[in-house]
Amino acid sequence: MTSTPETGTHGAIVTDTAPESSDGAIVELRGAGKSYGNIRALHGVDLKVHAGQVTCVLGDNGAGKSTLIKIISGLHQHTEGDFLVDGAPVRFTTPREALDKGIATVYQDLAVVPLMPVWRNFFLGSEMTKGPWPVRRLDIEAMKKTADTELRNMGIVLDDLEQPIGTLSGGQRQCVAIARAVYFGARVLILDEPTAALGVKQSGVVLKYIAAARERGLGVIFITHNPHHAYMVGDHFSVLRLGTMELSASRAEVSLEELTNHMAGGSELAALKHELSQVSGVDVEELPEEKDLTAPVASAPEGKA
Amino acid sequence: MSMTQHAEPAVTTPPAPGRKESDGRTAQRPLALRLLARPEVGVFLGAAAVYVFFLIAAPPVRDGSSMATVLYQASTLGIMTLPVALLMIGGEFDLSSGVAVLTSALTASMTTYQLTLNVWMGVIVALIVSLAVGFFNGWMVVKTGLPSFLVTLGTFLILQGANLAVTKLVTTNVATDDISDMDGFDQAKKIFASSFDIGGVQVKITVFYWLVFAALATWVLLRTKYGNWIFAVGGNKESARAVGVPVTFTKISLFMLVGLGAWFVGMHQLFTFNTVQSGEGVGQELIYIAGAVIGGCLLTGGYGSAIGPVFGAFMFGMVNQGIVFAGWNPDWFKAFLGVMLLGAVLINLWVRQSATRR
Repeated sequence: MTSTPETGTHGAIVTDTAPESSDGAIVELRGAGKSYGNIRALHGVDLKVHAGQVTCVLGDNGAGKSTLIKIISGLHQHTEGDFLVDGAPVRFTTPREALDKGIATVYQDLAVVPLMPVWRNFFLGSEMTKGPWPVRRLDIEAMKKTADTELRNMGIVLDDLEQPIGTLSGGQRQCVAIARAVYFGARVLILDEPTAALGVKQSGVVLKYIAAARERGLGVIFITHNPHHAYMVGDHFSVLRLGTMELSASRAEVSLEELTNHMAGGSELAALKHELSQVSGVDVEELPEEKDLTAPVASAPEGKA
Repeated sequence: MSMTQHAEPAVTTPPAPGRKESDGRTAQRPLALRLLARPEVGVFLGAAAVYVFFLIAAPPVRDGSSMATVLYQASTLGIMTLPVALLMIGGEFDLSSGVAVLTSALTASMTTYQLTLNVWMGVIVALIVSLAVGFFNGWMVVKTGLPSFLVTLGTFLILQGANLAVTKLVTTNVATDDISDMDGFDQAKKIFASSFDIGGVQVKITVFYWLVFAALATWVLLRTKYGNWIFAVGGNKESARAVGVPVTFTKISLFMLVGLGAWFVGMHQLFTFNTVQSGEGVGQELIYIAGAVIGGCLLTGGYGSAIGPVFGAFMFGMVNQGIVFAGWNPDWFKAFLGVMLLGAVLINLWVRQSATRR
């Protein structure tokens, strides 16, 4: 399943694996891949994350999105290619190392404790304290004040920081998690399908905060399988399919329609269209042809790695 | 993910800081409802009700010395209920806590008597053994990922058997020998099992310890990092780990805290009765757990208080002694407990629902 003979047009966007200046990218992957035993989950992926840019990673289930996040966030190590942070090759062994480099991940389950108050969740694991050791205690005043300020800076206004975070809506919780990552010095924010479980309005709120994080100069990796959400905030789009990069294009080079087609399976859909056309009663006139997909297609040459 | 689907404010402009003072969606709930959402308020009302009930039903309760008896009963339970409650907030159980008290007392007693040592040596050895049992429980639970119910059920059986077998082996009896004439006994008795006079009423020192420990536990739970971690590891272990909470340390230390409590109560028993019956303690662990649950701690972890279990233990002592003072058959005690427990669980359920509803 790892062989994808998608040898289409070589996209000019995709960088060569030859060493070159990383032109200010905070996080960069060059031909990175990951094998679990003899299963190659990810192969030949190039990705650049710049400060103040939103890089969207799209892909269907099983496309390798999770593996990609795990490599960047330090949960797993890549087995091929290079992973550079600030131009220097790195290999994280724990999420803590990634955090120390300013790479923060907001997971789908958000890493919040539902029954704990918002402010306690905000500072969990990095609590502010005051006083000498035997009576060293939480600096509750300062924590509440900071949490409130930080949330307001992200445009989140909560009446009561004492309410359990579980009582917030999914979108609000997502925003608190983002604000927390921003406050604790994240330079690169990895958002793992932040809108997947949300309704339309709540997704909008989250997208707004993604834009806000970009305004604050963070590099954002926005993982999603919703091309509409991606296109609203994205500066660069990478589509993963079956563990390889199918598309890597900047906003100027790709339209929403093309993105959607790529996401939906692109050329596979075109083939499906022909099959469907032989089934009576299915109207295939509106479906796109393969040639309509004009965006640069990134393809990793087989066997290179 | 069927969270409350409140409409977000339809703001299309980029978020501006301090756009307005309030998000206008959380109406201030009535004070009474907010108070009820505190984990300890339900049990406080329950304890007050039980107290008033026995004041009316059993006139001898009104006597100061009766109240001292009630408080003493509550304190020996309460000192153990505190660490058990903290452990429960941290998401774990300890079924071995009841027999661990006996293990501690037996260890101190036999070490002292058989080796003819100063009792303080026995006390220290017992402390080490108690902490080691707690460490073993915690370490097993954290390292194997098995439910603490299973792990501590194992420790419970091991300790129960060992208590009897080792005591018989060492003393050829089911009880330990009297250590009241050993060196340091009087001193240790002063610390662990003395009484003091308050307005003509003899009050056991454990009552004092109980309240001090409760205050300390409350402070730790609500005002320190460690307390924050206890809530976090009980509420969502994986999340806690992901944000850098030392989950292993927190859980193991909580089990060791239960060991510490068992040691303290064990020492009290030893220096009160001079000798220890090796078969006792079975069933106490469930009383401690019930006390914590009645005190508003959530069985599944992540929620509760240290002050709630104080009222829970008081309720136990009150019912236990109240039945006697009222002249009823004390066999009813357990039935009463069961009713209280169910009532507390129902109140907790209702409280949590109303606390998390908006």
